[in-house]
Amino acid sequence: MSDRTIEESEHEAQSQHIIPPIVYLKVFGVLMALMILTCAIAALDLGFLNTLIALTIAVTKATFIVLYFMHIKFSSKLVKTFSVAALFWLSILFALTLQDYFTRHGMQLPQF
Amino acid sequence: VASDTEVLDYDVHEAEEEHVHLPYLHHHFDDIHQQRESTSLCMWLFLATEVMMFGGLFFAYTLYRWLYGAAYHAGSKELNILLGTINTVVLLVSSFTMAMGVYSASMRRPRALVGWLVATWILGAAFIGIKGVEWTKDYHEGLIPAVRWNFYETHPQEAQELAEAGEQPDHVKMYFVLYFCMTGLHALHMIVGLLLVGVFIRLGAKGQFTNGNDQPVEIMGLYWHFVDIVWVFLFPLLYLIGGFTMSRMHF
Repeated sequence: MSDRTIEESEHEAQSQHIIPPIVYLKVFGVLMALMILTCAIAALDLGFLNTLIALTIAVTKATFIVLYFMHIKFSSKLVKTFSVAALFWLSILFALTLQDYFTRHGMQLPQF
Repeated sequence: VASDTEVLDYDVHEAEEEHVHLPYLHHHFDDIHQQRESTSLCMWLFLATEVMMFGGLFFAYTLYRWLYGAAYHAGSKELNILLGTINTVVLLVSSFTMAMGVYSASMRRPRALVGWLVATWILGAAFIGIKGVEWTKDYHEGLIPAVRWNFYETHPQEAQELAEAGEQPDHVKMYFVLYFCMTGLHALHMIVGLLLVGVFIRLGAKGQFTNGNDQPVEIMGLYWHFVDIVWVFLFPLLYLIGGFTMSRMHF
C-alpha cells in the first residue's frame, strides 16, 4: 500500500458534489421570501384559492429543500427515483381512499 | 494459462488494497462509492416510510376538512399565528445551519461542524420550547380534547355560527384532535432529531466526521430536513387556514 494510493482513495472519498455555502444562503433566502408570501396571502380572503396557493407555496418550499439542502439535485438517478417514489405511494393512499369515501359515504364531490 | 493467472493475482491484489485504505469503508462494500450510494438509498427508503406515516394523518386531515370546513376555520383561529410563524422561521434557519454543518464536515472543518450543529440544536430546542408554550396556552384555554375541553362554553358565538352553518360544534374537536396528533408526531420527531444532533456534536468534537467520513452527518441532515418539510406543510394547513390577522397574535 503506497502513499499514492491512499491519496487516490482519499480523493475518491471527496469526489461527491460539495454545494458551496452561497447556494445554501440563496435557497434559505428563497425559503424565507416564500414564507413571508404565504403569510401575506393568508391575510387576504380568497376563498378556496387560499388553500390552493398555500399548498403550491409549501410544495415549492419542499422542492427547494429536497433539491439543495437534501442534495437530490446532485444524487444518482436511483436515489432520485426513491425520493419521488414516496410521493407516488402517497398519491395512491390519497386517491384510492378518497374515491372510496366519495362513492360510499354520501360525501359531496368538490364544488368550486 | 500463465498470463491469465498473472492477471488474476493482480486484480486480487488491487481489491485487497481497496479494503485497507479507508477505515470507515465497511468490509461488505466494494468501494466508498458503493457504500455512499447504498447508505443514501436506505435513508431515502426510510424517509419514504416516514412520508407514509405522516401521510395517514394528512389524509385524515384532508377528509375531515372536506366535511367540517367551517369548524376547521374556527379551530385554526384559536391558534396563535405569531408563535406559529416564529416556529416556522426557527425551523427554516435550523435547516440552513444543518446544511452548513454538512458542508463543514465535507470540508473537514471540525470546529465549524460542531458550531453549526450546536446552532441547529439550539434552534431545535427553541422550537420545542415554543411548542410547549403553545400547548400550555391550549390547556389553559381548554382546547385539548379529552383532557381539558370547554370550547363551547368559552366560545358561544362561534358555536352558534357553526350551528347556523349546519355543522356540529363537536367538529371543532376533530380539528384539535388532528392538530395535536400531527404537531405531536412532528414534535416527537424533533426530539429524536435533538438526540441525534446531540450525539453528533459529541462525536464531531472528537473529529469523527472530519476525517473524510462526512456521510453520517449528511444522512442525519436528511432526517432533519425531512422533519422541517413536514412543518412546511403543517404550518399553512393548521395555522394559516384561519387567516393571518393581528387578532390572532394575542398572548
